[in-house]
Amino acid sequence: MSSGPYFGSFGGRWVPEALIEALDELEAAWEKAKTDPEFATELERLHRTYTGRPSIITEVPRFAAHAGGARVILKREDLNHTGSHKINNVLGQALLTRRIGKKRVIAETGAGQHGVATATAAALFDLECTIYMGAEDTRRQALNVARMRLLGAEVVPVTTGSQTLKDAINEALRDWVTNVDTTNYVFGTVAGPHPFPALVRDLQRIIGVEAREQVLELTGALPTAVLACVGGGSNAIGIFHAFLDDADVRLVGLEAAGDGVDSDRHAATLTKGRPGVLHGARTFVLQDEDGQTVESHSVSAGLDYPGVGPEHSYLAEIGRAEYRPVTDEAAMEAFRLLCRTEGIIPAIESSHALAGALELGRELGPDATLLVNLSGRGDKDVETAGRWFGLLDEEGER
Amino acid sequence: MSSQTTEKIETLRGEGRAAFMTYLPVGFPDVAGSVDAVRAVIDAGADIVELGVPYSDPVMDGSVIQRATQAALAGGVRLRDLFHVVEQVAGQVPIVVMTYFNPVLAYGVDAFARDLAAAGGAGLITPDLIPDEGQEWIEAADRHDVDRIFLVAPSSTPERLALTARATRGFVYAASTMGVTGERASVGAQAEELVARTREAGAPRVCVGLGVSTGSQAGEVARYADGVIVGSALVRPLLEAPDRPTGLANLRTVAEELARGVRGARSERT
Repeated sequence: MSSGPYFGSFGGRWVPEALIEALDELEAAWEKAKTDPEFATELERLHRTYTGRPSIITEVPRFAAHAGGARVILKREDLNHTGSHKINNVLGQALLTRRIGKKRVIAETGAGQHGVATATAAALFDLECTIYMGAEDTRRQALNVARMRLLGAEVVPVTTGSQTLKDAINEALRDWVTNVDTTNYVFGTVAGPHPFPALVRDLQRIIGVEAREQVLELTGALPTAVLACVGGGSNAIGIFHAFLDDADVRLVGLEAAGDGVDSDRHAATLTKGRPGVLHGARTFVLQDEDGQTVESHSVSAGLDYPGVGPEHSYLAEIGRAEYRPVTDEAAMEAFRLLCRTEGIIPAIESSHALAGALELGRELGPDATLLVNLSGRGDKDVETAGRWFGLLDEEGER
Repeated sequence: MSSQTTEKIETLRGEGRAAFMTYLPVGFPDVAGSVDAVRAVIDAGADIVELGVPYSDPVMDGSVIQRATQAALAGGVRLRDLFHVVEQVAGQVPIVVMTYFNPVLAYGVDAFARDLAAAGGAGLITPDLIPDEGQEWIEAADRHDVDRIFLVAPSSTPERLALTARATRGFVYAASTMGVTGERASVGAQAEELVARTREAGAPRVCVGLGVSTGSQAGEVARYADGVIVGSALVRPLLEAPDRPTGLANLRTVAEELARGVRGARSERT
């Protein structure tokens, strides 16, 4: 597996010179930490006693009845502390921050999952913490803003550009350029300049390592396909990686198609984008003819991103993974179906992977076993879902 | 091979002074307005003009330049407008283009160098392209005989300064401070040291940008650098003026003050 800076022709460091020293420092610290048994022991202890790892797998037969009778097994990252896979990355990077000797962390967040995870780790490790969040997202996810503030983080609403995740990353990069002496940037996904795509992947890899063993134990065989939603792509890379050498296992990433990939309101970067540079990496980007980044749209704030991690661009290019679009509507139907049939409220992000499983199950039939990364839980999405399905009492009427 | 910016800076060095370089974004307040603004700063004494390409994700820019470039994009400025503007203002002083790299990739690296040269442009400043990723651009710049201006920062190691000095044609752009563009009360003390370190690493010409906003700051920098680059302080009068003639008049006043600051300082390196 590549540890960067390049994945084929993707990746690299398309950043201002001012950041190179910090990226070099982070890379060197990670190269040292990842072979250091003491680091591994400490991270393992945190995952066991704080995150709640290993996360379980759950077979969901009532849901699977709608998926052409295929077996469907969920990897339950939604049960982690803070409610998603983001904690896997953040605890590792917080340990790394301590090793580098910096006292302040910054992070970007879209839906708020990564911001909450970073604020959590900052509280645990006694680090000063600033979270950049698009002003539009602070309105959509007001409760997560309150959660981050409860945890002691400063939340800065970003009012530039489209006021969403990509602009939050821009603002975090500006902070980092200015305060790099004291500050570590805890990047939330497998995008960005090297070493972030490799570093975040290495920290998320545990999802697939655990799941591969758990599925083998449960079914006696490898799954037919592994499915995960892709925004920046950290939960997908995390579950895909342990299966890369299992040539018979299909790896399927599900992108947010919003109103549909033929509309101009979607976030299906690998389906509709083309190679370019965004946030420090050469990768697929939703962009216009002049190379201006195009605003993305998705019902799920966590997938609402016009770029994608460079390793996904590479896996798509070589054909090792396939990427399919899922509309808002299909994702919300899968969301409701899992609630009703299995008593599990998934994150809307993860619901894109569930919708992908319904579709793929119907294509493959009852002989298939589908492993789906349930990357997060849906507590944060209850208001969105309530409005989508008309479940909220309005003006006193039901 | 001749570099317009090298010739200009060397000529001014012969006269015992540094170059005054002005940044203005293309398409702000609109395309014609940006041509007027460039003409105004040339009249006011700019020795080299930087034309900025508005970009959707300008991570190196502070709020003043962000506001202007976002307004330019909202006004519908296109990449092809850049080449038209270069064509209209080239001839009197060297015109260099400052752009984030994705627009260049989208246009085609070789085509961009070719069309820039054809329009009379002198070269390209690339704030988010390090030489390590710049092979395609370096070759295209050679083919079309335009300058490639890379940046160094106070955090750059001696090895990276040497790498950047080798890859550069024209001048090295030294960021005075760790941070983004914008006016500051003082120019970082690190700037003078960075200029010295960059020269030691082999760069014959080093210009300083980021944070310069007054004539006296410009004069201070002009004593040790080969050029003084000003951006936000020139964009602000255009942003804040109640109407266009006032904006241009105020721009001219600020540019004249800065030019006097640069010209008043005798270079220590004659």
